Amino acid sequence: MAEITLDKVVKKYGAASVVHGIDLEIAHEEFVVLVGPSGCGKSTTLRMIAGLEDISGGIVRIGDRVVNDLPPRKRNISMVFQNYALYPHMNVRENLGFGLKIAGESPDNISKRVDEAAAVLGLTPLLDRTPAELSGGQRQRVAMGRAIVRRPEVFLFDEPLSNLDAKLRGQMRAEIKKLHQKVRTTVVYVTHDQVEAMTLADRIVVMRDGRIEQVGTPMEAFNHPRTTFVATFIGSPPMNLLPGVIAGGAVRLADGTTVPVPDRLKPHARDGRKVTLGIRPDDISPVGHGLSQDGPGAEVDLTVELAEPLGMESLIYTRLAGQEVLAKLYGPRIVQPGEQLTFRMALDRAHLFDAETGQSLRLD
Amino acid sequence: MSLAVESQTSKQLKRAGLTALTFLLMVVMCVPGLWVVLSAFRPNGEILAKPPIWIPEAPTFDNFRKIFGLGTDQVAIPVGSYFMNSLIIAMTSTVIALAIGMAGGYAFARYRFRGKGSIFLGLMLFRAVPGIALSLPVFIIWSKLGIIDTKIGLIIVYVSLNVPFTIWLIDGFFRQIPLSLSEAAQVDGCTRWQAFWKIEFPLARSGIAAAGVFAFLTSWNEFALASQLTRSTSSKTLPVGLLDFTAQFTIDWAGMCAMAVIIIIPALILTFLVQKHLIAGLTFGGVKG
Ligand SMILES: Nc1ncnc2c1ncn2[C@@H]1O[C@H](COP(=O)(O)OP(=O)(O)O)[C@@H](O)[C@H]1O
Ligand SMILES: [Mg+2]
Repeated sequence: MAEITLDKVVKKYGAASVVHGIDLEIAHEEFVVLVGPSGCGKSTTLRMIAGLEDISGGIVRIGDRVVNDLPPRKRNISMVFQNYALYPHMNVRENLGFGLKIAGESPDNISKRVDEAAAVLGLTPLLDRTPAELSGGQRQRVAMGRAIVRRPEVFLFDEPLSNLDAKLRGQMRAEIKKLHQKVRTTVVYVTHDQVEAMTLADRIVVMRDGRIEQVGTPMEAFNHPRTTFVATFIGSPPMNLLPGVIAGGAVRLADGTTVPVPDRLKPHARDGRKVTLGIRPDDISPVGHGLSQDGPGAEVDLTVELAEPLGMESLIYTRLAGQEVLAKLYGPRIVQPGEQLTFRMALDRAHLFDAETGQSLRLD
Repeated sequence: MSLAVESQTSKQLKRAGLTALTFLLMVVMCVPGLWVVLSAFRPNGEILAKPPIWIPEAPTFDNFRKIFGLGTDQVAIPVGSYFMNSLIIAMTSTVIALAIGMAGGYAFARYRFRGKGSIFLGLMLFRAVPGIALSLPVFIIWSKLGIIDTKIGLIIVYVSLNVPFTIWLIDGFFRQIPLSLSEAAQVDGCTRWQAFWKIEFPLARSGIAAAGVFAFLTSWNEFALASQLTRSTSSKTLPVGLLDFTAQFTIDWAGMCAMAVIIIIPALILTFLVQKHLIAGLTFGGVKG
């Protein structure tokens, strides 16, 4: 069993603290993705789990062992690095078998397991090449092969796809998912790409400035963001955020436009409270061209500033209460800049955040 | 069309010019060496002839015979002892300088520590001091320590002469090896020590070989300090032995040239042996410092 527990884990470089006491429990065979903007401490956290970085405070457990003072080789993990870190002076076969050789496995056993791993990843024809003779995608595969061949309890990935082009990234993403279904292990995967996080994760951990902002399934993070940060970080294009004040059961925006507060949020909407209204582009659409026509809603007349047709839908840039707002039009209709349309805001998925703390009102 | 032809001829001209320049440089560098080698195989009279005689008219091994005491008219010079002294001193100092260079280069490349920048700068500045300027202080200290005219004395001098250079060169090589390779090896089950020997050392091998050749040649050819610190056959090296050919009023040029050839040969052999590494080392490494 390889559950991973982080208990108030801190990382300091000198006086500067970059990870501020993280608590996280990762279940056996769970696929957890740490996601957040560059510099938020994802890699540092992962490297503390790996044993490549000293832990300044708190406790890291893998299985039932406290691993704080164990070197990487004693943690029964394997790791895929962003730059793949293949050994340049060894061919693919030797790269894959290196860990087994160090562990003192017999040559027969090594070659059997290398062949198995190579077959799983389609590397069999490449076994005699050196890393320099491989394409980016092939190197990536070798790096994954090297990780699985030792059959560790935990896989750690640090931005493994960020050096690939968009198409290959999509393919490898699917392969990693498949691989996890085949080789069930606990996975901690670091990325700054929210699409990767959404598609791969059993649970995602949204990080910001060395703290965990939210932990949950991808759909929880998408549907119930706890903060404005998560709301804008998860989902593409990002959620629109409009500042306003609660007045008489509605949010009054800067220009006086009022948007009714949905019933489920009413208990938190004291009059006079300063809030941020969050609403995804998918929920603002020209009347008759939205996802949902019923449920609570509000209509506003807005002018199209720019439209990006994407085929069956268009992304519309418009302006509400003096602020740029993204909307979506579903259907193959062409929209021109300058066109005035009535938009319907579907409010059953709208969010309200406290203007000061950025916390969702539903958490009060 | 004509444009293309023109650029082609100008390209050819450029190439011809470069070839000529390379040739000229090679001549400037090689002629003295060639003269030494040629002179090793002819009598003194022919060496001093005016106008110079280029191609030996009466090639002979007499000079070598004389050195090894096989001739009739001259006392033998203890070439064998000098050679062994040179070999022991150069090899030992090279091995030690490489060991320190690897440890120091690795430390500079991989670790942060206080005063790192100034220590590195200090090492490089030490190289700027001409060795001969240190000869008097070294002589005094060595004689107090009683290691004048010993191999150990010279080895210590050569190690300190070579260490800044080996550290600098090897540091450049380790720097180019991504840290993640060693980390991957540690995740794969290695200790830090194993990761070094199995991953980082093989990748830096060319640079280490290059540093070794330079250190060896420096020690092998060094004259100024050796001539101050050695005086008997128990520690005199080959370059110092060259002086045996000068008497108060005469210089035996032919014997000296023959001895020079004996000095050059091991250096050439070594350079050829590690040629592959040397070229890889010189073209990839040392650029970043
Ligand atoms: N060796 C170091 N010394 C000082 N600060 C560092 C060091 N390594 C990383 N940091 C800092 O720690 C923070 C988190 O880095 P990192 O974990 O690599 O971020 P991420 O992987 O989320 O992009 C960054 O602000 C970075 O500048
Ligand atoms: Mg990172």
